[in-house]
Amino acid sequence: MNLEDIQQLLTRKFGEAIILSTDTEGTPPVLQVSAPQIAEVCRFLHEHEQTYFDYLSCLTALDNGVEENTIEVIYHLYSIPYNFQLGLKVILEREQGGRALPQVPTVSHIWRSADWHEREAFDLLGVIFIGHPDLRRILLPADWKGHPLRKDYQEQAYYHGVKVEY
Amino acid sequence: MKGLLDQEFGKGGVIVTKIDDMVNWARLSSLWPMGFGLACCAIEMMSTYASGYDLDRFGVFPRPSPRQSDVMIVSGTVTFKMADRVRRLYEQMSEPRYVISMGSCSNCGGPYWQHGYHVVKGVDRIIPVDVYVPGCPPRPEALIGGILKLQEKIRKESLMAPAALEKLMARKQIKGTTQKETA
Repeated sequence: MNLEDIQQLLTRKFGEAIILSTDTEGTPPVLQVSAPQIAEVCRFLHEHEQTYFDYLSCLTALDNGVEENTIEVIYHLYSIPYNFQLGLKVILEREQGGRALPQVPTVSHIWRSADWHEREAFDLLGVIFIGHPDLRRILLPADWKGHPLRKDYQEQAYYHGVKVEY
Repeated sequence: MKGLLDQEFGKGGVIVTKIDDMVNWARLSSLWPMGFGLACCAIEMMSTYASGYDLDRFGVFPRPSPRQSDVMIVSGTVTFKMADRVRRLYEQMSEPRYVISMGSCSNCGGPYWQHGYHVVKGVDRIIPVDVYVPGCPPRPEALIGGILKLQEKIRKESLMAPAALEKLMARKQIKGTTQKETA
């Protein structure tokens, strides 16, 4: 299995428009796919006998800042039988159609490890994973305001009566 | 040579001392810390308890409950999520109670002072601190130094109300109010 095979499989299944860009320099190589179809793509790669990506090594998100106005969600997949690693990413608008937080379908029903990873991405970057069974904050207290790993995050002045600033 | 107590007991079983000295001696000789740790400083604290440094020779022995503890060693980074719990545990300790702040994070936020949105910049913002132990993390010797400093502090305590000081403060207060009234 190599990257071209995966690209061919995906385009044959989902059409040319599924892969928006390819980064072959990355370790692992990264395919940017269309955001609304990410769960179907993951399901396909997970179940197809030529790929069988049975392990989600990491799921994380990245804020590109206010000027670019995008947030990326990055999936690191590993196929243990084929010993092959692949990165997937989707790029979302920071404020999709007037909604305060960007949204992307969950993959937690495909890999259970995505459950907590998606909660972390929600907690720290404010990405909503549609269909997630239990999307609450995982690290910060439940009554925390804001998502701290966003580039434009403003610290609270006080938390429970304690000054936050140094 | 016999120890101090043994020498005293050897004089016919009667010891004459001041009540302050005796109470202070009892308190500082059995400083039982609350058994909890927050971060990497806790690793140093645990090694201080263990056989290599043996805190038990100072009568320092961790307790599993705040109700039985005399001193709280805040060993590590106090996050805002933990701050509420630290404050509650402190409030559950019976008096007299003491706090040793161990390490840079607990003293002032340490490396998180600038970008640590989640870190309390010094545990003294939530509970009163008696002794600050510097270091990142402090070595066991430094923690033992902090405990000895706390013992020094306790040795100077008194059960008596500071009558002279109270009189002085009362006089100052009267003076202050009369000054305000005349002004």
